[in-house]
Amino acid sequence: MPIFAKILTKSPLLKGAQMKSRNLFLKTLFFSLALAFSSTSLWATDPVKSDEPTHEELADQSVSTEEQISEYIAHHIKDAHDFHLFSYNDASGHRNHIGFPLPVIVYTSQGVRFFMSSEFHHDDSGHQVVESDGVSLAKYHEKIYELNAEEQALSFDEAHHPTNAHEVIDLSITKSVFGFLMVSLLMLIAFRSLAKQYKKRAVPTGFGRVLEPLVVYVRDEIARPNIGEKHYKKFTGFLLTVFFFIWTSNLLGLTPLGFNITGQLSVTFSLALFTYIITQFSANKDYWKHIFWMPGVPVLMKVILAPIELLGTLTKPFSLMIRLFANISAGHIVVMSLLSLAIIMKGSMGASGATILALGLSFFLTLIELLVAFLQAYIFTMLSALFIGMAVQEHEHH
Amino acid sequence: MTVPNLVGAGLIVIGAGIGLGQIGRGAMEGIARQPEATGKIQTAMIIIAALLEGLAFGSLFLGK
Repeated sequence: MPIFAKILTKSPLLKGAQMKSRNLFLKTLFFSLALAFSSTSLWATDPVKSDEPTHEELADQSVSTEEQISEYIAHHIKDAHDFHLFSYNDASGHRNHIGFPLPVIVYTSQGVRFFMSSEFHHDDSGHQVVESDGVSLAKYHEKIYELNAEEQALSFDEAHHPTNAHEVIDLSITKSVFGFLMVSLLMLIAFRSLAKQYKKRAVPTGFGRVLEPLVVYVRDEIARPNIGEKHYKKFTGFLLTVFFFIWTSNLLGLTPLGFNITGQLSVTFSLALFTYIITQFSANKDYWKHIFWMPGVPVLMKVILAPIELLGTLTKPFSLMIRLFANISAGHIVVMSLLSLAIIMKGSMGASGATILALGLSFFLTLIELLVAFLQAYIFTMLSALFIGMAVQEHEHH
Repeated sequence: MTVPNLVGAGLIVIGAGIGLGQIGRGAMEGIARQPEATGKIQTAMIIIAALLEGLAFGSLFLGK
């Protein structure tokens, strides 16, 4: 990655104390990796047991056929109400799920209800009905439905839409919300400590040495040239937040924790909405003039151009939203598909051969995904800066 | 996915592939001619490639 290499070589800090900070960088990297893996095993020792009647239905849920694999991948891409790491069949044929429940907060017709997602017992087919203070709730394809009064179970029409229930306003702390909060907390800790250090000394120590060149890079290579010398300071904060949020979320998606934060359309939608609102509200007179009454073209053309330009302001954030969502989702799907080659090719290659093939292919793809994680954060920030720059730049009047 | 959807997806990918190839070729030629402008050319290349990618993904998403 030439851009990344440039940051590392350009930074005056790394030139000054290159060996020391490189060691520090490796140390930090090692510790963060160790932390990620230790937390995985820590959570894995806390299995969520499901010894309820639904267990018989869940008993044969092993993923072996192609349909089951594509269903499993589709399930991973979607947001979930509980934190699921992996599942296995024990000696007696029971299906055990490893993970932990997350809180469900729903606004029903009877008011707000709050309970843990473990009450659904990993059921996603709508069979497990949770009674909560006079409201019956069932989960079907990660959507929570409120059963109509006097109804005992969900029934479906041919298109698999529930017929006797309606959706509720779901404010749950889902897996992605949990990841979102985790990233926010990580960023808060990292950047608070970086900001605090500048009060004492000019050169940060510790993890701040990794962050400073990146912050300077976003400011000097993304914000300043695209927004312009006069206005860039006002928007640097937003661009830095977006850049580090997307990058950290993308990297978190590559850990075995199974997050897919930036692969959720709602997350990328809100990020793009921020760019849209900031662009429109900081736009100057010239920007609006160029949209509604383009100078320098015939009147007929002005009338034709106005709706096109107005639509153009909407397609820009729309493409930001779709690009991030599609890239990250596609990356997750391809990595998981390559991993499931181990299951599909088991018959023709033998278990160990298929595993080696799947691991090797997905290893290289994960390396590419590391690059994509940075690139998508860079592109989102870059284009946001470009759009903001278009809105605030002063035109020369001809 | 129906057959027209799949054909449409294929057409989108062909178009995007040609477009990305053109962008890459232009950038390569530019860098070969002026190696000192590599950084600027790369930035512009990534932006245009990202815009094209957004268009391709957008149409794939709408045609899903």
